[in-house]
Amino acid sequence: MSELPPFLPFFLAALLVPVTPALIRNILLLATPMVAILHIVLNIHTGTHATWSILDFELVYLRADKLSLLFAYLFCLASFLSTIYALHVRDRTQQIAGLIYAGSALGAVFAGDFLTLFIFWELLAISSVFFIWARGTERAVKAGMRYLIFQVLSGVLLLAGALIHYRTSGSLIFDHMGLQGLAGWLIFIAFGIKSAFPFLHGWLTDGYPEATPTGTVFLSAFTTKVAVYALARGFAGEEILVYIGVTMACFPIFYAVIENDLRKVLSYSLINQVGFMVTGIGIGTALSLNGAVAHAFSDVIFKGLLFMSMGAVLFRVGHVNGSDLGGLYKTMPKTTALCIIGAMSISAFPLFSGFVSKSMVMAAMLQENYDYLWLFMLFASAGVFHHAGIKIPYFAFFAHDSGLRPQEPPVNMLIAMGLAAAACLMIGSQPQYLYALLPWEVDYWPYDLTHVLTQLQLLFFSALAFVWLNKQGLYPPELHSVNLDAEWIYRRLMPAGVHRGLLALRQAKSALSATAKASMETIRHSFSQSAMAKNHLSESWPTGSMVFWISITLAAYLLVDITLYSEPLE
Amino acid sequence: MSDTTEKKHLFDNPRNVDRLLRGFYVICILLVIVDFFVHRHIYMAWENLPAFFALYGFVACVLLVLLAKLLRKVVMRKEDYYDE
Repeated sequence: MSELPPFLPFFLAALLVPVTPALIRNILLLATPMVAILHIVLNIHTGTHATWSILDFELVYLRADKLSLLFAYLFCLASFLSTIYALHVRDRTQQIAGLIYAGSALGAVFAGDFLTLFIFWELLAISSVFFIWARGTERAVKAGMRYLIFQVLSGVLLLAGALIHYRTSGSLIFDHMGLQGLAGWLIFIAFGIKSAFPFLHGWLTDGYPEATPTGTVFLSAFTTKVAVYALARGFAGEEILVYIGVTMACFPIFYAVIENDLRKVLSYSLINQVGFMVTGIGIGTALSLNGAVAHAFSDVIFKGLLFMSMGAVLFRVGHVNGSDLGGLYKTMPKTTALCIIGAMSISAFPLFSGFVSKSMVMAAMLQENYDYLWLFMLFASAGVFHHAGIKIPYFAFFAHDSGLRPQEPPVNMLIAMGLAAAACLMIGSQPQYLYALLPWEVDYWPYDLTHVLTQLQLLFFSALAFVWLNKQGLYPPELHSVNLDAEWIYRRLMPAGVHRGLLALRQAKSALSATAKASMETIRHSFSQSAMAKNHLSESWPTGSMVFWISITLAAYLLVDITLYSEPLE
Repeated sequence: MSDTTEKKHLFDNPRNVDRLLRGFYVICILLVIVDFFVHRHIYMAWENLPAFFALYGFVACVLLVLLAKLLRKVVMRKEDYYDE
């Protein structure tokens, strides 16, 4: 039994979805993550190892240790919550996509070699894009295409790196590899695209806000977290990750402050949170690595909860533009309360989940003497509260009364949000259970007076800044707009560059042919003036007659050749 | 279904907003006062500053918003920018 891969229930269920009626299908969808987690808990333990031989390769489809198990529990939980949230959806395409997507995430974290990892890496890409396409708008279709190109590019780089790695080391085993040689860099960039490194993040902020209300909840849980897992396994302790992580934590918050689409604000804050994880991986100590993966665990739940609450608004109102919302607390009090729990969790309030995981990364930074970078991360922490903690609930549910009176979302959405909120509080107030699952041995406890006090000071005075700026009229209003970001490079600069390039080439071509024509004319003219031009053969002949006479000449040669040299037949 | 029949909600009453804000200010003040009586663990030099985290949080967020407003001048375009 322990040899059965945990992704199997998901893929089998995906096969059954097209042929089952609605009610049974819902039961199937809900049962799948439960069966998977039961299988993992009962049969798969640290050290479980299973391979499958194909051609000359031995593919390790199941390699379990504490790191992969932690992510496996997380993905089963995320799949379960997202499925409840999307239970009212009748679209079979999205249901199949959800199953394959979650199954592939499980496949990827248990993959012990690069080929298996690559297969699931690409399956993640292909299955997830359907959540964007399912929206059905032209914008979504185009954004989905751009998303898919980036995801597939990541897979191609991973495969190229893996093959070079195989040529040089003779092994396909996926373990710590570090930034060595071309293979190391290719794989690093492949992971970097999926974890939304700066300048490689366009697919995320471009694609996620275009997905269906339920689709974004799925999307936010898996892709980037699989990448975080892969970085933690392959590149722990690479110092460059610290700098990349700090950049990721800092730059998106500026965009988040001025962004109007609240799901895009959350997409930026997703990059910001992944920044904390990437930094933790870069530091590479037991404490920081534990912090990174623990934060991935909390983040999937609280970011999921926030996306769920905005999905509920989108579902009822039809848009999530901060400029046109406000006052929704009047008719959506439950959604409001649950959103606030998510907001407090991402802001790392004591007793909420972000607090117990992010603090490990921050503590590790001080331990390893990254003092100045620590200040940047403290800035990012304050900024998170500002844009995700306050802005999201404030502009959606309070602010000015928009006159909108939407009702609460369907009950399955509320249940999913309620469970996610309970998990946030559970992790935040009883962190020992999460800590027990962490892969590295470390003795850490987040709740001491210093830590609680300093965090509360930081957060309350960040909120005070918000209140003060609002009262002074300094807070930038929410505006209908587009903010240029990395995607501008390939949505505007590159197309414009290609367009200009083609135009320049066309001009060069016509200029060249004009020059050539002119010089030909000159030569012909001077020839016609010369004495030679008087002879019959130097007149200009039509091409057809030249070809005709050449054929005649060749035929004559052939005839002569045959008659002179052929052997007489005996 | 006219506006007059609609139920009054919590923050429709400005006094409730004031109450909330007043409570919030009191907590802020208390957090600073506590800082002078509690012995915090100091991990780095800047933390010796009284109420360092409160100051930092406030300054960071004001800076964040002001810089973001500047960023708007550089990157903000019309909503249909990419559709043209």
